[in-house]
Amino acid sequence: MNRDTLLELLQTLSNAHGTSGDEIEVRRALRPYLEGHVDSLRVDAMGNLIAHKKGTGTQALRVLITAHTDEVGMMVVDHTGDGGLKVETSGSIDARLLPGLEVRVGKEALPGIIGLKAIHRIDDENVTAIDQLTVDIGARDRDEARELAPIGTRMTFATTAHPLGRLFAGKSFDDRAGCTALVALLQGAPLPFDLFGVFTVQEEVGLRGARVAGYTVAPDVAFVLEGTIADDLPKEEEGSPTSQVGKGPVITVMDRSYIADPRVVRYLVQVAEAAGIPYQFKQPGIGGTDAGTIHLTREGVPSITVAIPCRYIHGPISLLDPQDLEHTIALLRAALEQLTPEVIRRS
Amino acid sequence: MNLELLTQLTQAFGPPGHEEEIRAIIRDIVSPLADSVWVDPLGSLVALKKGTGGGKKIILAAHMDEIGVMVTYVEEKGFLRFTRMGGINPLTHVGGRVRFADGTVGVISVERREDFSKVPTLEQLYIDVGATSREDAPVKVGAPAAFMRPLVQQGRRIISKTLDDRVGCYVLIEVLRQMQAIADDIYFVFSVQEEVTLSGARTSAYKIDPDMAVAVDVTGTGDTPKALPMAVEMGKGPAIKIQDSGMIAHPAVRDWLIAAAERAGIPYQREILLGGSTDAAAMQLVRGGVPSGCVSIPCRYIHSPSEMIDIEDLEQTIHLLVTAFNPA
Ligand SMILES: [Zn+2]
Ligand SMILES: [Zn+2]
Repeated sequence: MNRDTLLELLQTLSNAHGTSGDEIEVRRALRPYLEGHVDSLRVDAMGNLIAHKKGTGTQALRVLITAHTDEVGMMVVDHTGDGGLKVETSGSIDARLLPGLEVRVGKEALPGIIGLKAIHRIDDENVTAIDQLTVDIGARDRDEARELAPIGTRMTFATTAHPLGRLFAGKSFDDRAGCTALVALLQGAPLPFDLFGVFTVQEEVGLRGARVAGYTVAPDVAFVLEGTIADDLPKEEEGSPTSQVGKGPVITVMDRSYIADPRVVRYLVQVAEAAGIPYQFKQPGIGGTDAGTIHLTREGVPSITVAIPCRYIHGPISLLDPQDLEHTIALLRAALEQLTPEVIRRS
Repeated sequence: MNLELLTQLTQAFGPPGHEEEIRAIIRDIVSPLADSVWVDPLGSLVALKKGTGGGKKIILAAHMDEIGVMVTYVEEKGFLRFTRMGGINPLTHVGGRVRFADGTVGVISVERREDFSKVPTLEQLYIDVGATSREDAPVKVGAPAAFMRPLVQQGRRIISKTLDDRVGCYVLIEVLRQMQAIADDIYFVFSVQEEVTLSGARTSAYKIDPDMAVAVDVTGTGDTPKALPMAVEMGKGPAIKIQDSGMIAHPAVRDWLIAAAERAGIPYQREILLGGSTDAAAMQLVRGGVPSGCVSIPCRYIHSPSEMIDIEDLEQTIHLLVTAFNPA
């Protein structure tokens, strides 16, 4: 996939709305990019979109690659007398970021504004907690608000994706960047083994979709594609940047949810070095990914997470370097093409 | 008491997910004793002692992994920042040493702090491998390390790093050695990643699909100055788990273990552990559920580099399990 096509896909996926448990719009956006490139496409009971791409059969392996379709957002939990929406976050969002932001509410994507106290009226320095915020959709009163956005209505940031200098900006690169990379891999030529590409659900609320997807696919090895934290702007004190934009795919050796199989880590490093693809290790011990549940399925699955570094994830707008996205696809492609059972064989 | 074996087991390298060294040692020992031996996808070592037939499938599990640290950042001057692999306490590690897989040794030290009365946070600690710069540092981000501390026998006591849970591995090896012909198939599971996610026991138990599972691990004691009240003491016999913060032992398994202790005339203690759990917690939830229990060796200073156990407790734990498996 050339860069323009790749970024067009990223843009489409980034703009789609899909909080945890309500990922249907993302699935719909994905389908046209997968049909014709895979042998079967189905949606399981949780909402995972499972693509099966048959291989040439020269290697006796079953390989799973996942990327999660859900994004952080908010949900309506109550209405105020003057027509405002009270909300709770879905997935982890820093409430300090929210006042004044524009959101898209419900299936009709109604525009909404997260209420902001005028600066002239702010009398204390305290940060607003989520339960003090109200989303304004211009409703006249409680009844109209209830009708337009009943309890349970989801909302996401209103951001639309666009280029930004050498970078690309948009919402939910965590994990629409991973979804983009997975589509690119599935569009490629068949591999020596059967590949199961699963676009998972409910990652942001507890790695839930991946858990059943791992069970269904029962793979020999699993790769999880993510958009991860890049905290690479200058700091007052020397410390880990977690990952850095522009430095290539981010290999997760250990996070709070799992420890990568060291043999697969070594294998990826070896492939990257042989192919001249830059890579970096994520600061260990931070965050959690679908690998946390996949590695525990059935008899256990050697697993690894590879991520595209993104600044400002879980916020209204994140940034990535298209080159990191391309390098991530290239690394995975090379690693898959050369993968043999020996890499994960236990004697 | 085979002090040489326990020394070899405790001193071997094996932070969670990086159990190659300890696995190779145990594999060499158990291979001639078992009917078959294999390694599961996540790295757990399983030794099967086949029964004479018509019996049940029983798991006896002890974890090979040990708590450790992993490098998160290499500073310009070559000092290493790190995170935990399992539950480590900054209080007990300052001034200690760690060893990396390649043999590199580092000293754990702490930044100068304004308030010395406070326990340092993990973020204030660093590892010094004697490097002069980032480029010169022999280890990189992502490298795991284990604590160092030799094994010492002093009278009835043993003091060492990683008695949690190499002493459990020792018990499994000795029970395997002493197994007589019984109807049941006994799966000796030397599990991985217990200290982080109980991943190894869970996945191995899935594969085995057992009728019953018993973990062998260490447990805390309430017998030290101003300890958290706990009715387990070092030197008073094996502790049979009633419950801990992750599981309630299946009453039939618990009573089977108690009956064995009584039959063998072994003193035992009833264990209720308020903080912490074992592989049994993961195994009991596998597939449709597995009746599970745990025998614990009372251990002081768990997760410090100097854990302490009593030799009698250890030997009685072996005797208890051998008695439990062998018909009366
Ligand atoms: Zn994510
Ligand atoms: Zn333990």
